[in-house]
Amino acid sequence: MNTLRILGRIVINSVERLGRAAMFLYEVMLGSWELVRRFYLVVQQVYAVGVLTLLIILVSGLFVGMVLGLQGYNTLVKFGSANSLGLLVALSLVRELGPVVTALLFAGRAGSALTAEIGLMKATEQLAGMEMMAVNPVTRVIAPRFLGGVLALPLLTALFSAIGVMGGHLVGVGLLGVDAGAFWSQMQNGVDFHDDIMNGVIKSVVFGVVVSWIAVFEGYDAVPTSEGVASATNRTVVYSSLAVLGLDFILTALTLGEV
Amino acid sequence: MINRKSLELWVGLFVAAGILALAMLAFKVGNLTSADVMNSYKVTGRFDNVGGLKVKAAVTMAGVRIGRVSAIAFDNKKYQALVTMDIDGRYQIIPKDSSASILTSGLLGDQYIGIEPGGDDASLQNGDSFLRTQSALVLEKLVGQVIFNKAGESAPAK
Repeated sequence: MNTLRILGRIVINSVERLGRAAMFLYEVMLGSWELVRRFYLVVQQVYAVGVLTLLIILVSGLFVGMVLGLQGYNTLVKFGSANSLGLLVALSLVRELGPVVTALLFAGRAGSALTAEIGLMKATEQLAGMEMMAVNPVTRVIAPRFLGGVLALPLLTALFSAIGVMGGHLVGVGLLGVDAGAFWSQMQNGVDFHDDIMNGVIKSVVFGVVVSWIAVFEGYDAVPTSEGVASATNRTVVYSSLAVLGLDFILTALTLGEV
Repeated sequence: MINRKSLELWVGLFVAAGILALAMLAFKVGNLTSADVMNSYKVTGRFDNVGGLKVKAAVTMAGVRIGRVSAIAFDNKKYQALVTMDIDGRYQIIPKDSSASILTSGLLGDQYIGIEPGGDDASLQNGDSFLRTQSALVLEKLVGQVIFNKAGESAPAK
């Protein structure tokens, strides 16, 4: 009987939390409109979540591309089609690895920082202080961080994929001796702008919204103690990683239209 | 805290680099420049068997890509496959009596439609269809035919 009650409580709590998160997103969206006049607040956040995440994105993109080049070459060479290496590297990066790995890294590097920052503001009663001064903390603090994340992630994804292709080129053409002309021409023949590249861009925009949303909500909803902030940060990383991977499957299934 | 000027510079640099990367993906990795068929027109062809032809497969003439397959449907009345092709508007010079055949690039490559130009002065217009078509080669049928012929040759010798 007790276990049933606990189960019920868990379900009710999570549905309630989901509802609060949705209401919160609506509020943040409303707040975002007012930021058109104070765009500098968003620029600051793009710096914090975008520029400062750049290094890890570029380094991982380069290495993911290089590994793809190495692994792909070893498999393709068995079938005598090592010339398709460029296509393999570009398609896997643009369609899947670019958006997903960037979103995961973004959740770990920028999402957790957002949650910790907002949670700490709440714990030290800065948000309450703002409300006392008739400043809406959602517009002043939350919305710029949300928008900054939404703007930064697609750009980071594009950079990740681009540098990954460079990494694949470095290993494939420079190290393993695939013909440079075949590398690029096969890639250009096989990669479609609408189907592949736009698919990746759409994914990265969706991931940007979801990861930023989870990060700011967890921060805003955190229990205002040091423990509460710690577990909120933890939840941000776990939930956004799961959400990214789950949504990735759904988006891929939708765009391929074959499931 | 970083000052306003260099913060703006960094963000500007970041956004520019991101857009540049997207442009590189679009033009260098993808084929935005040549892929899209501009103000295309549609022609159709009926095939007995389309084999492994897929939507978006290339339509070529003399080996040059001039369009793509936009739809493949089954014709209920004639028991044939109805293939609709989008041809680039720049190539509105395909003679009316041209023939379309489904070919394979390489031994295991993708299938595509090759157009063999005829000699008619009038050219195909939007909505017209190819009169002469050649179906895809089905490997199993071919192998079956070879075996059948071989069997036919050796039978009278016995």
